[in-house]
Amino acid sequence: MNPLTDMTGAEIAAAVKAGKLTARSVAEAALARTEKLNPVLNGFTAITSQRALAKADAVDADIAAGRDPGPLAGVPFAVKNLFDVKGLPTLAGSKINRDLPPAGDDAALVKRMEAAGAVLTGALNMGEYAYDFTGQNAHDGASRNPHDPEHMSGGSSGGSGTATAAGMASITLGSDTNGSIRVPSSFCGLFGLKPTYGRLTRAGTFPFVSSLDHLGPIARSTADLALAYDAMQGPDPDDPGCAGRPVEPTFAELAKGMDGLRIAKAGGYFERGAMPEAFEAVDRIAKAAGADETLDIADAKAARGAAYLITMAEGASLHLDRLQTRHADYDPDVRDRLIAGAMIPGAWVTKAQKLRRVYHDNVLKLFETVDVILAPATPCRAPRIGQQTMVLDGVEMPVRPNIGIFTQPISFIGLPVVSVPVWTEGEALPIGVQLIAAPWREDIVLRLAHHLETTGVVSAPVANVQEK
Amino acid sequence: MSGEAFDVGKLIDSMAEFLGLPVAEDYRPGIAGHLVVAHRIAQDVLAFETSDETEPAPVFEP
Repeated sequence: MNPLTDMTGAEIAAAVKAGKLTARSVAEAALARTEKLNPVLNGFTAITSQRALAKADAVDADIAAGRDPGPLAGVPFAVKNLFDVKGLPTLAGSKINRDLPPAGDDAALVKRMEAAGAVLTGALNMGEYAYDFTGQNAHDGASRNPHDPEHMSGGSSGGSGTATAAGMASITLGSDTNGSIRVPSSFCGLFGLKPTYGRLTRAGTFPFVSSLDHLGPIARSTADLALAYDAMQGPDPDDPGCAGRPVEPTFAELAKGMDGLRIAKAGGYFERGAMPEAFEAVDRIAKAAGADETLDIADAKAARGAAYLITMAEGASLHLDRLQTRHADYDPDVRDRLIAGAMIPGAWVTKAQKLRRVYHDNVLKLFETVDVILAPATPCRAPRIGQQTMVLDGVEMPVRPNIGIFTQPISFIGLPVVSVPVWTEGEALPIGVQLIAAPWREDIVLRLAHHLETTGVVSAPVANVQEK
Repeated sequence: MSGEAFDVGKLIDSMAEFLGLPVAEDYRPGIAGHLVVAHRIAQDVLAFETSDETEPAPVFEP
């Protein structure tokens, strides 16, 4: 038995704490699987073997001494390479950041995961500077979809999707500005949590769009998602965007299932402009959840547009100096979008932020009558790597900017979302559905996701990867 | 004004000079494409009704 492929993180932690497995044996299994599969899948950009084994030994020493190593005892995890990892340059998917000195400390969430007993095994590939939905990278190569390596992992947390779906790590951390946790979760068949904006500290991570940046976990089980999320909650003065809410644990809430939850499908904008499989997946979840009602999220198209403009402008502002001096070192696809972003009027961006206020207030009213809204996570299953266009509703569209059409209007106002993986018999690739709740109600969407998982409606199996 | 009714080449030239951004010839088609898309998308945003008093979403707390 391989703990990485045959056990969830929660099961690994329980076995380690019970003395049935050592954390060292789990870390060795994770590192061996990563060394074996990464040449095929390209999910990792750095493997921190020595650090992982040292941490695993510390977990085993805690247990031997009768100390509780934490709820994630011995669970292997890895992080998108925009998280600071002490001793590694924080690449954020770029060539330019390779010139930075190694990080002198770990990101806050890396520290919190390790404080809960988890074992860091490495840093993960991602789209350059997180401006990406594909998982492709001009410098490191594409992170590949373990369920079919000719297809995209999704971005920008592509390596996070790759590593989790391949069983190289039990849990990975990613960032989500416009969909970058939910897209790889959809394409790679995983559970992904984008918490409420401001819930998890971003201290020690390379930013993209401060107004919209979130961090969160990706996993193959809802229990792992909740355990990781619980371990990472809490205020942090080092991130001015962190809301400072107290820890509100969710793991113990999972067993409540969907009792009492009012669930509806998103209509209008969320019922157009996608492949049939996106809507079929939502219908399957709606049927399983007894969601008969459809409600309209008014102005979602304008909201998506506003998120698009804010992203262009804030992203350009972040990179303006580098665009002047290091423009040739960017991924051309990212560079051209950033330069264009520097050229759009400030008046548009402020209007977009005003729209955000009004749209937020209107959408929150919907939660007076429902607890969860269902919507597609992506308009399609994972496209082929390098694919430039796709046909949606009979119209040929560019792939890259349109993968996030359903995620952007949701993260725009910071709502918590779990993306759940839906499989169809005969299809090699999955597709995700967003479970969306009111701000600060991560517990609700985790409960529904857990119910769907335990009743077999959704699942996140380890991919059967063929070695080279 | 439609998304294609302005001279995107002139815009790129002017803004590149204004911002001190070097724009190589082979960057121009990509930048132009993104500006045209942004202009089209902005029409939805600009048509959205907000009042003079609407507070933009980010609020600074001193």
